[in-house]
Amino acid sequence: MRFFQDIAKYRKYSIYAMKAELKSEVANSYLNWVWWILHPLGMMLVYVFVAEIVFQRSEPYFPVFVFSGQTVWTFFNRSLKQGVNIIRKKKSIITKVYVPKHVLMIQLLLVNLFKMMISFGIVAVLFMAYSVPLSWKILESIPIVSSAIIFTFGISLIALHAGVYIDDLSNVLDIILRFLFYFTGIFYSVETRVPAPFNKILLNVNPMAFFIHSLRNCVLYDTGVNWLLLLIWLGIGIIFIVIGANLIYKHENDYVKVI
Amino acid sequence: MEEYAVEVNDLHVGYRITKRLSIKNLMKGREKPKTFEALKGVSFSVKKGAIVGVIGKNGSGKSTLLRTMAGIFAPDMGTIDLKGQTVSLLSIGVGFQNEMSGRENIILSGMLLGFSEQEMRERMDSIIEFAELGEFIDMPVRTYSSGMHSKLAFSITASLETDLILIDEVLSVGDAKFKKKSYRKMKELISNKDRTVMIVSHSLGSVQKLCDSLLWLNDGQVMMQGDAKEVIKHYMEFMDINESEKDM
Repeated sequence: MRFFQDIAKYRKYSIYAMKAELKSEVANSYLNWVWWILHPLGMMLVYVFVAEIVFQRSEPYFPVFVFSGQTVWTFFNRSLKQGVNIIRKKKSIITKVYVPKHVLMIQLLLVNLFKMMISFGIVAVLFMAYSVPLSWKILESIPIVSSAIIFTFGISLIALHAGVYIDDLSNVLDIILRFLFYFTGIFYSVETRVPAPFNKILLNVNPMAFFIHSLRNCVLYDTGVNWLLLLIWLGIGIIFIVIGANLIYKHENDYVKVI
Repeated sequence: MEEYAVEVNDLHVGYRITKRLSIKNLMKGREKPKTFEALKGVSFSVKKGAIVGVIGKNGSGKSTLLRTMAGIFAPDMGTIDLKGQTVSLLSIGVGFQNEMSGRENIILSGMLLGFSEQEMRERMDSIIEFAELGEFIDMPVRTYSSGMHSKLAFSITASLETDLILIDEVLSVGDAKFKKKSYRKMKELISNKDRTVMIVSHSLGSVQKLCDSLLWLNDGQVMMQGDAKEVIKHYMEFMDINESEKDM
């Protein structure tokens, strides 16, 4: 399939571009790479403050709870927001040389993935700081996070395509993502804080809430994961990738004419 | 039989004008997109090793033609046969990532054109030297002046040595000294008998000096192709310009 051939062909380019992009981010800011740690930490503090002090709600191991959710959410949120504008942002390249457009998306995902890994590193530190009991169940986080990544990739590909043709999509997406953020339970537990039966419904229909909830269950609270539902969301993610890839291949030559 | 490097047949390329949507437009119902045809059935062929200039007034489809040949656009109709040669497009403000340094952009541009990181590292020193950027090479490209931008772009493309080089209006890059140098470099590139070059330029003087033959486009159609002197003579009559205005 051409999709995979292109990924393989531009593999080295994507990796080099990711490194270069991370490097340039570091070089252009005063505190450079410290921001990759400071930013998520700062966000966590805000959420903990809002939940614990303003709303007086908390969960066991609350900072770890917030941080693990926020790590996955940030990856999803950033990738989608940047994905909508990526063709316009990379205009100077794509008007000069042919590059498969999903390769640009992969490059972007790699950058965000790297930041997510740093964030997970902090989660690990918090684990030790709060002496969360560890069990083998922590390995279950691997299929969960992988599914979240695949789902993000799929939906971002579609956003990439739509973003080229619809000018104000990024504004609309901003609102939707903000809305979704509050319904994903980053700083509260959807399961216990949302009245039944809406909590179960929300956890089933909002993929991000589901991924994050499952992740917390397996790493923090040692409870089971709904594997069938995970498989379904993974399948939907793959279908999105197929749709996105087809849309992009069909239209990518027109992108240059539109932007 | 002559060996052709490029064969273009009945090429049509159009732009859809009102294709971009906003929520407001969606509410009003979708307008039928208007199409503007930039190329209307262009056919020509170029011999291997030839240097062909492309001339024509603004909006006649010259840049569109080059971009389509470089694979950035897909033709709506017609075919472009490049005989499997590697191709690079050199134009003003080549594809740089503004936040990254010149050095990284050199490698990235090369990798996008199918060269390996290693190959680009080997060329790095000569590119930097030719571009005369000095310490700016490690600064983000967004800090470059437009002249530096073009000089770097020219140096990269000139060092890549693809089989087919498409040059879009960059003969007048940089200051007088660099111009002379790039002109010499261009001559050197061009003199390689295996390399085919197509140049878009408004400077009839340099086109006449550099090119074996010319392709004249007008409103997306080929007006004339042939010997440089001959084409320029007709072109000048058509555009109503005289000898002294040739390089304006």
